Amino acid sequence: MTDLEQQLREAPAPQDLDSESVIATLARRAAAAGLLDVAYGALDSPLGQLTVFVTPRGLLRVAYPNEQPDAVFSEVASRVSPRIVRAASRTDPARRELDAYFAGKRRSFDLAIDWSLVRGFATDVLRATAAIPFGEVTTYGSVARTAGSPRAARAAGNALGSNPIPIVVPCHRVLHADGGLGGYSGGLDRKRYLLALEGHAAT
Amino acid sequence: MPRAVSSGVQLPPFQALIDDHAAEVHRFLVASVGPADAEDCLQETLLSALRAYPRLLHADNLRAWLYTIAHRKATDAIRVRSRHRAGDLDGVPEDRLARAPDRSFDDALWRSVRGLPAKQREAVVHRYVFDLAFREVGKRMGISEEAARQNVSAGLRRLRVEVDR
Repeated sequence: MTDLEQQLREAPAPQDLDSESVIATLARRAAAAGLLDVAYGALDSPLGQLTVFVTPRGLLRVAYPNEQPDAVFSEVASRVSPRIVRAASRTDPARRELDAYFAGKRRSFDLAIDWSLVRGFATDVLRATAAIPFGEVTTYGSVARTAGSPRAARAAGNALGSNPIPIVVPCHRVLHADGGLGGYSGGLDRKRYLLALEGHAAT
Repeated sequence: MPRAVSSGVQLPPFQALIDDHAAEVHRFLVASVGPADAEDCLQETLLSALRAYPRLLHADNLRAWLYTIAHRKATDAIRVRSRHRAGDLDGVPEDRLARAPDRSFDDALWRSVRGLPAKQREAVVHRYVFDLAFREVGKRMGISEEAARQNVSAGLRRLRVEVDR
């Protein structure tokens, strides 16, 4: 090897790159250019670390820690846009409201919702669910009725089970007609916790 | 709000590209344009990549794709700078050049690398900064192993002339 090659090989050590500041700057510029289709950030909550996704339209997704991150990100990438950047500050409005809710200081959410991950009948079911007030509960059949298909309790259950925006779209307020808890994507312990937070001694 | 028109390919979230490749692309840019301009070039690279991303037809070699964009941004930055200044070394006091630390991407050798024709510069940086075999250099540049070897040796010949001067 020649001296010149030796010198080139002895290239300086890598410079430290503050990747968080690179990402923050990119997110700001991308948003200004209309290129930040999806921003996400983490939120520590009593139910574990939640991942909050927002688009320029509104809140898109709230993921529980028991969900597979790869699956969550793939679904958002393929169904909404792969232009997904970690930009926690963009999720601040949603994170602040969720914080306040968990602290018992907020009973409803003033967040725009992006329904892009929901299709067909599920949209009607989840919109009906979004209207159930804090502290109240209803049944799968009743939600199906409000959504326009009184006999579609099972389909309503499926729609609620794949609710992309739990907590904010309060599918935890929907129970079995016999008073049983039903199901919950975050696990029944989380459903119980949320009901208790809202003043229900759930079974 | 209009959404990007998707090409129908399953692409990873853009954040994964940043997490996997931003640091090495930054190093490539530090060597290609110098420490002062590298971070701006990185921003330009990522923003251009983000703009084009949903229209990619496949996700086979996202790393090479990022390097292609980074290389283009580096070439732009060098061109803009040389338009403002006659030469890279103009305006830098002689004694500062002499005092430049031995191993800095701002030293005389790396300034000469910046002055190479674009393909030669790209090949030399991949080869020596990342210590890659010619086959890998070619892969990252989207050219053959042989073309990579030729670009590296042409670059070395030019650098030798500069260094001996």
